[in-house]
Amino acid sequence: MNTANPVYRKRLLAHRIGIVLSVGAMAIGLAMLAWILWTLLANGFGALSLNMFTGDTPAPGSEGGGLRNAIFGSLMMVGLSTLVSTPIGILAGIYLAEYGETNRFGQITRFVTDIMLSAPSIVIGLFVYALYVANVKHFSGYAGTIALSLIAIPVVVRTTDNMLRLVPNSLLEAAFALGAPRWKVAMLVRLRAVKAGVITGVLLALARISGETAPLLFTALNNQFFSSDMNAPMANLPVVIYQFAMSPYDDWRSLAWGGALLVTFTVLFLNILSRTVFTQKTPR
Amino acid sequence: MSAHPSVALDKAASAAHADKQQAALSKTMRNQRIQDFIFHKVTLLFAASVLIALVGIIISLAIGAAPAFKEFGASFISTVEWDPVEDKFGALIAIWGTLATSLIALAVAFPISFGIALFLTEICPVWLRRPMGTAVELLAGVPSIIYGMWGLFVFAPLFADHVQPLLKSTLGQLPVIGQLFQGPTMGIGILTAGLILAVMIIPFISSVMRDVFEIVPTVLKESAYGLGCTKWEVVRKVVLPYTRNGVVGGVMLGLGRALGETMAVTFVIGNAHELSWSLFSAGNSISSTLANEFAEAASPLHVSSLFALALILFAITFVVLSAAKLMLAGMSRKEGTK
Repeated sequence: MNTANPVYRKRLLAHRIGIVLSVGAMAIGLAMLAWILWTLLANGFGALSLNMFTGDTPAPGSEGGGLRNAIFGSLMMVGLSTLVSTPIGILAGIYLAEYGETNRFGQITRFVTDIMLSAPSIVIGLFVYALYVANVKHFSGYAGTIALSLIAIPVVVRTTDNMLRLVPNSLLEAAFALGAPRWKVAMLVRLRAVKAGVITGVLLALARISGETAPLLFTALNNQFFSSDMNAPMANLPVVIYQFAMSPYDDWRSLAWGGALLVTFTVLFLNILSRTVFTQKTPR
Repeated sequence: MSAHPSVALDKAASAAHADKQQAALSKTMRNQRIQDFIFHKVTLLFAASVLIALVGIIISLAIGAAPAFKEFGASFISTVEWDPVEDKFGALIAIWGTLATSLIALAVAFPISFGIALFLTEICPVWLRRPMGTAVELLAGVPSIIYGMWGLFVFAPLFADHVQPLLKSTLGQLPVIGQLFQGPTMGIGILTAGLILAVMIIPFISSVMRDVFEIVPTVLKESAYGLGCTKWEVVRKVVLPYTRNGVVGGVMLGLGRALGETMAVTFVIGNAHELSWSLFSAGNSISSTLANEFAEAASPLHVSSLFALALILFAITFVVLSAAKLMLAGMSRKEGTK
């Protein structure tokens, strides 16, 4: 190749600049992740202690305290939302895969589910406020659970639907040929074939709602004390982190960083878990 | 050969048996048909619940917003004033904040996401693709509130000390664009919010782009390479044109995310109801206004105005996300014909 050719050199230069910029973009992405994680570790690691898990959120100005009530509240609400949204999401996903392939209703539902996946979570909080909180006239853990479920359901629906559609037709036809009714084929053959994929969806939904703050602001609100009453305002990690981070007290901020570290690493762990452990066995 | 009596008997017995079997079979089939009917309706009900939720959201927001629209009319959207004390509300500042931050985010995130997608599909060695891809996608997993804390306590101070003065002394001196880079360098404000949103939407845009880049038929790329194209030329002139709709869809998806993002923006936008040309100045977005004021709103008109803001936000994101969906749907049809 004639490397002295100016046209060729210009093209090569454009190519090299493009490649360098692309590698640079990747480096920026990775650096951002590293920077954020490092910030969390640097600020939050000092706050991690046994106290954080045994003490409740402190009153203004008082020393010590922990996040026990917030951690408990988050676990309750996220756990209950998962219990609610998993069956709803899976059954809706089954409908879309079984019956929604061709009919108009199925197509619209799939479209709407995709929109709901990215809908602003604060609007969902407002919706639950208008529908539930404004009617029962008090904030509650249940309201928070409803809001989180509304966010989790589309995630489960979409993964279930996508996974089910990967199941080879021959498997279903074999089951039909044995005289199995449709519901048995759907539940015992098709769904079982993609069990791992569906679990991935549930884990992703879990990861998604674990860090959600906006929809809880007007639903679960917050509670300074330990409470296991789901029908009353309930402390939860994201809202406590928000309030404490914005507060002027140093030990509150330090608790907020500790909580932030806890939430982020839980969420990232769930993300990685869903990607590595459960993706191997899905049929292709 | 004449029929033997016992054979006739057998025949009758087996006919009776067959009848019985037939009856049992049709009973089973009837049962199964009923079961299938129930199965269909039950799953239909759950699928419909997603639709009902969407319709419910729109209706309840509209009901909540009705008093505000009745009071201020359509000028609600174009009114600057937002004064809870005087009970006068207009949405312009919040809409401007939302659009400005999202557009900044898009302008920054698009080239970076393109670079990342290019790296992951063309440059990166195969064994590194999965871990690298996962690392970028983890950025999407980091909760929004963490971005807010990082933005407020780590990024904003650095930005105020080192980057903003630089921008002010360079871009700020230019005739028209200079307007955007004036004012005190506080670190927080519309520009900071936009940049943090950019980091948050990079994983969404880049993963859509990576997915659509991967469906480009190898034959097309190899033909270009065969003609002596460089890697850059293949991506610029073959991959990008082929995936244009998908790329635009990915960008719209990122935009939809940025528009509705709440917590990160609330931390760094400054929460001031002011309208200013400067991107350094504090502002407010729709979502940050909701997060800050909804719990404390006292007058019914204030609450209603906040609902109206939420309705506007939902309408904008709905349109943007629908457009994204339609463009990506066209893309996946292409994948089918590959």
